[in-house]
Amino acid sequence: MSNLKYALFTGCTARESTPELMSSTLAVAKKLGIELVLLDEATCCGASHLQDFDEFLSIVMNARNICYAEKHGLDMVTICNTCQLNTAEAKEKLDNDPELKARVNEKLAEVGLEYKGTSAVRHFQYALIEDYGLDAIAKKVETPLSNYNVAPFYGCHNIRPSHLHKDANMGENPYNPTSLDRLIEALEGKSIQYEDKNSCCGFHVELQAPKTANRLSGSALLGAKDADADMMVTPCPLCQIRMDVQQHNISKEVGRETHLPVLHLPQLIGLALGIDQKQLGLKHHVTEFKAK
Amino acid sequence: MKTQTITFNVFRFNAETDYLPYYKNYELEVGQDDLVLDILNRIKWEQDGTFSYRRSCRHGICGSCAIKVNDKPVLSCKVNVLELVEQFGTELTIDPQDKSRAIKDMVIDKKNFWEKYDAVKPYLIADVEEHPDKENIVSKDEAEQLLEADYCIQCGSCVYACSALGVNEDYLGPAAFAKAYRFNADVRDEAKIERLEIVDELGSGVWDCVKCNECAEACPKEVNPIEKITKLHNQLFAENVAAKNVASKHAVGFKHSMEKHGLLDEGELVRYSEGNLGVMKHIPEAITMFRKGKIVLPWNMPKSKNLDEVKKLIKSSSTVEEYKGSK
Repeated sequence: MSNLKYALFTGCTARESTPELMSSTLAVAKKLGIELVLLDEATCCGASHLQDFDEFLSIVMNARNICYAEKHGLDMVTICNTCQLNTAEAKEKLDNDPELKARVNEKLAEVGLEYKGTSAVRHFQYALIEDYGLDAIAKKVETPLSNYNVAPFYGCHNIRPSHLHKDANMGENPYNPTSLDRLIEALEGKSIQYEDKNSCCGFHVELQAPKTANRLSGSALLGAKDADADMMVTPCPLCQIRMDVQQHNISKEVGRETHLPVLHLPQLIGLALGIDQKQLGLKHHVTEFKAK
Repeated sequence: MKTQTITFNVFRFNAETDYLPYYKNYELEVGQDDLVLDILNRIKWEQDGTFSYRRSCRHGICGSCAIKVNDKPVLSCKVNVLELVEQFGTELTIDPQDKSRAIKDMVIDKKNFWEKYDAVKPYLIADVEEHPDKENIVSKDEAEQLLEADYCIQCGSCVYACSALGVNEDYLGPAAFAKAYRFNADVRDEAKIERLEIVDELGSGVWDCVKCNECAEACPKEVNPIEKITKLHNQLFAENVAAKNVASKHAVGFKHSMEKHGLLDEGELVRYSEGNLGVMKHIPEAITMFRKGKIVLPWNMPKSKNLDEVKKLIKSSSTVEEYKGSK
């Protein structure tokens, strides 16, 4: 596989609370020969909250982010499900509403930018599977994950609403997603089946409704644990940080010890590709992961 | 006509006689035009006359035949069985919308749905003159402001798919909010503020939406309830009803961060949302995160490149005034 090149919209968490997502993404891309151009100009996507306050502003800021991918003449990849949702939602609105696009471009013109709609927006997970290919990834495996039972946790914003994502996520069925399972199998791990793999972790109400968030996360973590998972893996850093950092609170809420390491998808891929654990940033996990 | 053999695992329960529910298998030949409702009918008419489910119009408008197939909410009379087979394989599990509310097989107690619905005053509230001089005409543009929220058929698909409602029974949920928006967006209505005060409540209101998009996915009429939840949030700020609390400040805080750094200042967002006192309860986590190298100190806070451009754009594109808070 050669010549894969994307503009990487890192989002905020990869540059702050989950530095391991940044380092593992870059390490996996390098190992696979995928070129990622960092969009350092990009701002926060608004994380599905800014739109609650000012919807137009949220669209303008996301349009601006996409402009920088367009400037490079590259498709954009995201490494956070919520970045993916917000960027894709803004793009869908802009591409289907010429009047809105004109209004947004009027603002962007003030800073010398123009949204054209020429760059596709996909989560890196799907770029890997669709463009690089599972077979090609399987061929690169150096340390098979055959010792591990891995519980995939898809994260809401890569799979719902399906009509928005269908071109970006290979038509994933939101009620029965399989891409992460297939990826885990390609790395020779065992993908664990449990009810909550496509459920919500509750991240977005963590501050105002911790009980809701902890019950949702707890249900997923315990479901995975009861299905004999050694770890959980997710493409979304918001799911990851919630379920990695908050396990003491989650355990309290659900009345059972949840202890389960939660890995970012590129960390799991990196383990199988034989990338040094230091580069994968495993030391940043609150719920520690120990290699078998 | 070509048919396919499909196994249906059907939830069976009679609250009057059964202590526990069970699943019964039915193997049926399914043709390309068969809808889920045809299967329910054939089970009842050909296999077991005691099998119970709700149905009425058969045209996707009464909302009574909503159930779940392999956890996917469906209106039985609208969904083709072989399309489901394509998505889920030749074994299909047929469940009521909410197993914990089952009365008999597919029939559930929808009391909680109607109570939540009633709570938002789901009707037009206006002083209407008894003998008006002219017609009260709603223009096409005004009608379009409803964003098709009036298409809701009260089937409950969104409510029984809602993640937040599954763990928080006080939450009013997507159908009630879509309806609150439907009347708040109606130019004839005069109870907008009253409804906004209802949906602003922490614990039951729109702030408890987890943004999972299950409702958007579940709705058979494309009402897109989560879009209406966003619109209610917008109205809360526009009408200055939103109480100044952790939830509303959290939404506003994103703008502050972006103005300053382009990127989000995660720590400052929590401090701003919780306030100086409220933030104290997060200190144990903050210490753990700091030890694990997960907290960026203020002087190392990353900033977007071309930050001047970001600031200029935020200034010129903002459509909502700085939020002061209603209380």
